[in-house]
Amino acid sequence: MAQDAPQGRRFESPRASFDASGPKKPGDGDEVGGTCLEQTIVTARIEMLGVSKAFPGVRALDGVDFRVEAGEVHALMGENGAGKSTLIKIMTGAVQGDAGEIRLDGQTVRIGSTGDAQALGIGTVYQEVNLVPTMSVTKNMTLLRQPKRFGLIDWREARRRARQRLERLNIASQIDVERPLGSYSVAVQQLVAIARALEDDTRVLVLDEPTASLDANETALLFGIVRDLKARGIAIVFITHFIDQVYAIADRISVLRNGRRVGSAPTSELPPLQLIPMMLGRELETTERRAASESSAIHGEPILVAEGVGRRRVMAPFDLTLRPGEVVGLSGLLGSGRTEVAKLVFGAIKRDSGKLTIAGAEVKSASPARSLHLGVAYCPEDRKAEGLFAELSVRENIILGLQTKRGWLRRLSFDAQQALAEAMIEALGIATPDADKPVGQLSGGNQQKVVLARALTSDPRILILDEPTRGIDVGAHAEIVALIRKLCAEGLALLVASSELDELVAVSDRIAVLRDRRKVGEIEERAIDRQTIIDTIAGART
Amino acid sequence: MKHSSDIRPHAPAPSRLRALMAHRAVWPVLALALILAVDGMISPGFFQIRIVEGRLFGNLVDILYRAAPTALVALGMAVVIGTKGIDLSVGSIVAIVGAVITWRIHAGDPHWLVLVIALGSALLCGLWNGCLVAVLDIQPIIATLILMTSGRGIGLMINLLYGGTNPSFTSPLLQGLSVGHVGLIPTRLVLFVAIFAALWLLVRRTAFGLMLESVGSSPAAANIVGINARLIIYAAYLISAFCSGWAGVVLAADTHTSDPVSIGLNIELDAILAVVIGGGSLAGGRVYLGMTILGALVIQALTTSILTSGLPPEYNLVVKAVVVICVLLLQSANLRRALTHALYHALARTKR
Repeated sequence: MAQDAPQGRRFESPRASFDASGPKKPGDGDEVGGTCLEQTIVTARIEMLGVSKAFPGVRALDGVDFRVEAGEVHALMGENGAGKSTLIKIMTGAVQGDAGEIRLDGQTVRIGSTGDAQALGIGTVYQEVNLVPTMSVTKNMTLLRQPKRFGLIDWREARRRARQRLERLNIASQIDVERPLGSYSVAVQQLVAIARALEDDTRVLVLDEPTASLDANETALLFGIVRDLKARGIAIVFITHFIDQVYAIADRISVLRNGRRVGSAPTSELPPLQLIPMMLGRELETTERRAASESSAIHGEPILVAEGVGRRRVMAPFDLTLRPGEVVGLSGLLGSGRTEVAKLVFGAIKRDSGKLTIAGAEVKSASPARSLHLGVAYCPEDRKAEGLFAELSVRENIILGLQTKRGWLRRLSFDAQQALAEAMIEALGIATPDADKPVGQLSGGNQQKVVLARALTSDPRILILDEPTRGIDVGAHAEIVALIRKLCAEGLALLVASSELDELVAVSDRIAVLRDRRKVGEIEERAIDRQTIIDTIAGART
Repeated sequence: MKHSSDIRPHAPAPSRLRALMAHRAVWPVLALALILAVDGMISPGFFQIRIVEGRLFGNLVDILYRAAPTALVALGMAVVIGTKGIDLSVGSIVAIVGAVITWRIHAGDPHWLVLVIALGSALLCGLWNGCLVAVLDIQPIIATLILMTSGRGIGLMINLLYGGTNPSFTSPLLQGLSVGHVGLIPTRLVLFVAIFAALWLLVRRTAFGLMLESVGSSPAAANIVGINARLIIYAAYLISAFCSGWAGVVLAADTHTSDPVSIGLNIELDAILAVVIGGGSLAGGRVYLGMTILGALVIQALTTSILTSGLPPEYNLVVKAVVVICVLLLQSANLRRALTHALYHALARTKR
């Protein structure tokens, strides 16, 4: 809605600023060419100068400068622990910086709380959608400010405002504001969260991994809305792990590493081959197909055979075999049944048809406990709900796999626990000051590694990984892909469900393709590439 | 003041102090010490311990003695709360156990068998709670509310089984377990220590505690790991019922009557408070057995000191509420940080 644009720009000041990026430190040598010339005569919408923040034991941000223009989509990139979250939290008032200055349209502002940020027109949509799924869309939209009439909530007005807010995104016609939010897809929930964060006077909108659980169509829908907001002059800070999406939507990229800004450039001047080394601080080894010689280590007899395994209304019956040393990928769009296949094989969802044979023995009633003793381990997709024990320490989280296999009577001694946890922390490169830290305090990528470490401690013969790299940065991603290859070289059979085609292409010996909760094809090793998978999903091949 | 001159702003002492202040035991211990110190000022002979008729006597012993039943119930409660559950039926289990004891003694059973039957009936209550929570998946607060409201009625009905005219009993064995003494030490304290030790071994020296905490932390994740969450939750309610049953034996033998209406009244609230004062979170995921006992001692020390101070007993509940809220405020991480900060600066200023 272009007519709204002037409203969004009303604070724009004609005052020029020539000292936009603050004092340069001598160490910041790896600025991308051209960034020093980036200061224009336009005042940035939001500008953070020399922002620093230290947490006990960690220097999260060290003199970071960050500026976003009005009507710009600015991608903030960096590995886990680079300082992205902290920078965003300072911008949105959730955390106070130790030093530095924030200027909004040229004026120095103090953002002491999230309320301050909202009052200044800085809206945020966090990675974990913080909405209440059981409440109606209206209630979710008006949680913070209810319209009152005679001291009571005026629901008619609340509904009107909710529709008005949705109308700003042109989605009001598709959403019934009376229905519980949870009855809509994650994508719609994400849009509702954005609609809620948008005020008439929003000047800056922060989107923290808005596409993490969206499929391609939903992402496209979201991007359409982002472009619309951008046209209204809102400055948009976009955080994501999906490199392709950065190039699809962002005008400018800033990269953080270890709490410092290592570069900032227009997207067109920063191709992926330059961007990724900037994020990593080292060359990323290219993820190629596994060499055929490695794959020949696959031994003949299948260790897992599923024949007609399925469950009504969950997954149509499917066949699947898995041999030691083999990686079988599960590919398909969001909601195509990847997780369901993984859980049916593992026994976390009970099958109501078919036959499952593991290591030659038929599994009559599969359950996680039964699978554990048969040597099957599962790393769930939903890390927060099904993977982590947030209150428990890293050590306890890791050893629980082995401990459960041993049973409650044969407790691992503290020394054995410590040794095992430390070995895993070392082997997987889990970044934690010590094994006693509650796992809830680690970053997402490290939490994922803890879940993987736990699965490995139970010494599995079959490992099922559901979205092993979700929410993980490029470096950890490469490490996990390398780990998958190493494990199957040691004779482990792997079933990997992933929404990332490149990841599956990189590791799989065979790929089972799913569509609409049905297995629609299997791609043999020599035929595996991106296009074949896409064609199979699209139904062009079977 | 020697100790204040030891503390320098840049010496390691403040960080040690800070680490100490951050320890979860520090506030309950300070609260207990403060309550006892106030008692010592009000009644000078408060800390005296004498030996009368071959056993220890004195206010401190009295606090331990009277805290034992609440502490027992609280231990079981800590285990249940660790699974993110709660057991409101503990007071009713105490009442049922008291009624069963009186009934079976009147029926002429040998007294050791009466003890076995009494504890068995407590375990039966635990089976019921466990069935509702673990098998039928009813929310713990509702599931245990059923037995909480019906339990005292069941006790009265048991009294009616033998006419209910004379609900008192005498039993040298059971009274020995409650009010007797082993050497100088009251028997109930010896038995309490034994039960605590057994429970501690179960929770900390087998993997049961870790599994229990993982179930309380995230039932879905525990299921994926392969832990039988149902069995663990079942076990927790059985443990709680056993602890309450033992408290019932101690309390019933103390009064040697069956009084289902008032025995162990509000004991579930004291037990929950003890767990919370001991740093346990109702959100589950952690079990602190030793800290729970500390919590029970804080509550009992308070009750005893109100009684010995000569304040009218009506003040008891209100004063208790005030102290409890103070301890909980001190445990709040935010307030504690602010206080530690203030104390640190005050000490630094003293130095200057």
